[in-house]
Amino acid sequence: MSVVTVQLGQCGNQVGQQLLHSLLCDAQEGQRKELCTASRERFFHQDTHGELVARAVLIDMEPKVINQSISRAARSGMWRYGETSHFSQKQGSGNNWANGFCVHGPAHREVVEELVRREVERCDRLSGLLAMMSVAGGTGSGVGTYVTQCLRDVYPKSFILNHLTWPYGTGEVIVQNYNSVLTLAHLYQLSDAILVHENDTVHQICSQLLNIKHISFADVNSVIAHQLGSVLQPALTADSQGAYSRNPLGELVSALCCHPEFKLLSVSSIPQVPLASMAYSSFSWPSLLKHLRQMLISNTKMEEGIDWQVRPLAAAERSRNLTAGSFNTSLANVLILRGKDVYSTETAGFEDPALYSSWLSPQEAFSVWKSPVPFNKYEKSATLVSNSQALLRPLDSMVGGAWNMFASRAYIHQYTKFGISEEDFLDSFSSLEQVISSYKELR
Amino acid sequence: MTQSVVVQVGQCGNQVGCRFWDLALREHAHVNKKGLYDEALSSFFRNVDSSKCDGEAHFVGGRIQHLKARAVLVDMEEGVVNEILQGPLREMFDSTQLLTDVSGSGNNWAVGHMTYGSAYREQIVDKLRKAAEHCDCLQCFFLIHSMGGGTGSGLGTKVLSLLEEEFPEVCRIVTSIYPSAEDDVVTSPYNSILAMRELTEHADCVLPVENQSLVDIVKKIKHMSHSGKPGTVIRRESAIISGQGGLIGAEKPFDAMNNIVANLLLNITSSARFEGSLNMDLNEIAMNLVPFPGLHYLVPSLTPLYTLADVSVPSRRLDQMFSDAFSKEHQLIRADPKHSLYLACALMVRGNVQVSDLRRNIERLKPSLPFVSWNQEGWKTGLCSVPPVGHSHSLLALANNTCVKTTFMELRERFTKLYRKKAHLHHYLHVEGMEQSHFSEALSSLSSLIEEYQQLDATKGRLMPDAPRLRIAR
Repeated sequence: MSVVTVQLGQCGNQVGQQLLHSLLCDAQEGQRKELCTASRERFFHQDTHGELVARAVLIDMEPKVINQSISRAARSGMWRYGETSHFSQKQGSGNNWANGFCVHGPAHREVVEELVRREVERCDRLSGLLAMMSVAGGTGSGVGTYVTQCLRDVYPKSFILNHLTWPYGTGEVIVQNYNSVLTLAHLYQLSDAILVHENDTVHQICSQLLNIKHISFADVNSVIAHQLGSVLQPALTADSQGAYSRNPLGELVSALCCHPEFKLLSVSSIPQVPLASMAYSSFSWPSLLKHLRQMLISNTKMEEGIDWQVRPLAAAERSRNLTAGSFNTSLANVLILRGKDVYSTETAGFEDPALYSSWLSPQEAFSVWKSPVPFNKYEKSATLVSNSQALLRPLDSMVGGAWNMFASRAYIHQYTKFGISEEDFLDSFSSLEQVISSYKELR
Repeated sequence: MTQSVVVQVGQCGNQVGCRFWDLALREHAHVNKKGLYDEALSSFFRNVDSSKCDGEAHFVGGRIQHLKARAVLVDMEEGVVNEILQGPLREMFDSTQLLTDVSGSGNNWAVGHMTYGSAYREQIVDKLRKAAEHCDCLQCFFLIHSMGGGTGSGLGTKVLSLLEEEFPEVCRIVTSIYPSAEDDVVTSPYNSILAMRELTEHADCVLPVENQSLVDIVKKIKHMSHSGKPGTVIRRESAIISGQGGLIGAEKPFDAMNNIVANLLLNITSSARFEGSLNMDLNEIAMNLVPFPGLHYLVPSLTPLYTLADVSVPSRRLDQMFSDAFSKEHQLIRADPKHSLYLACALMVRGNVQVSDLRRNIERLKPSLPFVSWNQEGWKTGLCSVPPVGHSHSLLALANNTCVKTTFMELRERFTKLYRKKAHLHHYLHVEGMEQSHFSEALSSLSSLIEEYQQLDATKGRLMPDAPRLRIAR
């Protein structure tokens, strides 16, 4: 079953192109016919000349980035985007969510829906839609939210997964907190699951784990593509009965998002090492899983600087202790293992009830997906997709920053002139405070 | 890709504009090796079949035939515009883009704004419309003028209000040259204050530039290049004051200063014209830097001012460039933003700079820069891959900072000195349509603006408590 990717705005188009590229490069490596077929079917279709064409739609309000992504794909010689699968305008959204959501979105609704419809119809069976965007700017956030709303209307029964890139804490865009708050509040009603990467975290991975001296956005995007790729590349799940899962988005959503109040998913991958050191590194599953588990509990996104002191509290302690210190409680987790000896891995550590809230039994809260095929040159790799308190702090500081600015009504005139009122802001703030409160109370 | 139209009004506006077109051609010639009319060129230039105005316009992708500037030139005397039309840039403008008269405005804002404003209203709107019609997607009007004279100040601000009326959707970015204290035009304070009110009401963004700062920068560069110290020979064409490599040969007196302003305009539009890993469009500038409608005065600073010719001397470190952008000497108005309060700041970087360099420098400089409490992370950043001619990288900083208040207060003082004595007032009041109330209203508009900045300043250094968050009923 196929996934149609909708790339929105500069970030969405840059990351999307790298994601598709790394999925294909990995699928075509070596002798892995089944995986290759499954992966290609999922993300690409073949045109009359046998060329692979991405099941993707590129949308932006200005043309530069789309042109770059299309030519990068074509240069690879392995795949390309559909000739007419993109839509752009001349003038961007000016970092203004209201401009994206109230003006550009509605103005181009029909064209965009048509582009997506064409891709969807090309699929034998649609597994779901992956919308990729950032939350800081105007197009990815504003137009992206509007497009998600349209997709929800047109495909009410399909799974919609939004991949969001959260900006650096110390600004890329001054009004990024406003744009983020408006996006998240709206997406919460529309999306089935919201998978988040934070630029700050990925940047740290680049500098501390990958030892990159001068980090560019290409480096950041490549890490995101790797992590997201390791989730979306076909794998064997409990449901798929010995074959590659045909319902990746559905399984992800049903495993992780059992409650409408809890949709924020974070991703951690291990190992992450520079390509140059891979030949000299060897990994053992017990070590990888032990680190990954501690990364989950202590809410660190890298295997360096893990706080080994953080431990899950026993049930009795938890009800007494309202703030469980730095311990990260999970609602649900999906662990994806790829590579050598996957079938002999010991994952019981992730089934410890102490890791989870009391609503679900650990068997319900925890799932494992496996693939005997190594991913992206890592002999063994493990990725954890987590619905937990991991994003609580960045979310809280995003809402806090936006609220402080709102209290002075700074920049509000820029939004109201496009049709967003102070009421709309207040509604978004309340929705997110609700989400924050729910995650805080998770135990 | 969007287009912008430059509207240059008055002697100063046209001289700066002329430098802008010369340097723009130089920049594009440097980058555009194939002679194709590309998107970047189309943002400021049209490509037509013959040098006549009714030549068939070419679409992007073809060879360059004849480039025509997307500009409207307005002056109430003919001297400056005629000079342009006799110089090497004459092919770039055709008669439909020009509006001139003979007698000038006599350094009188009222004559420029009221008399010529109403007399030429139709023609101005007509020429603006024509320029706009030639654009596929018009994003921005750049108005260049001075504040101290009569035409640039008076007619220029009239044009500004016409732009708002006729093209409300299009962004208006105004580059205003403010007179120095030693300005030889006696009535420049009157003209400036009367113009200020128009800027506050009708512009989206104003880039104030003080003549004195330009003079100081020119002195500094000349001093550097003549100091004769080893390792201090600068590459001539790289200096921000240099017009070398452009079409116009001999340098004229104000050229060095005007080149600085021209470079400012080139840098501000670089990300809209060329590609980069983090694009910053023109409409994003107003969005991010203007938190409240009236407070749209953005202090520009440009670095580096030049590159060293001697390649054995290590090139100025990247970090030094960032530090310089916040130093007093690089600001284009005489103010010290570091000691006032930042409301927002934009950094537009060009050249071989990565996001990690940008982040590192922001982290480094942040502690010494006071930001308003609700915008502690108030940075807007842009990365454009194409550097300016003669440099490997450059930085333009635009700061919405309360230090402009000092400039405005000085201006107000000079105004009051004259106004108290009613000096020269009759020249203005004799003009049809001009009344004393214009003066008092302009003064009070400026005073409220200053007051707004004062109030924000008062919050500086004080620890403002976070606003109490919404509470959720459980």
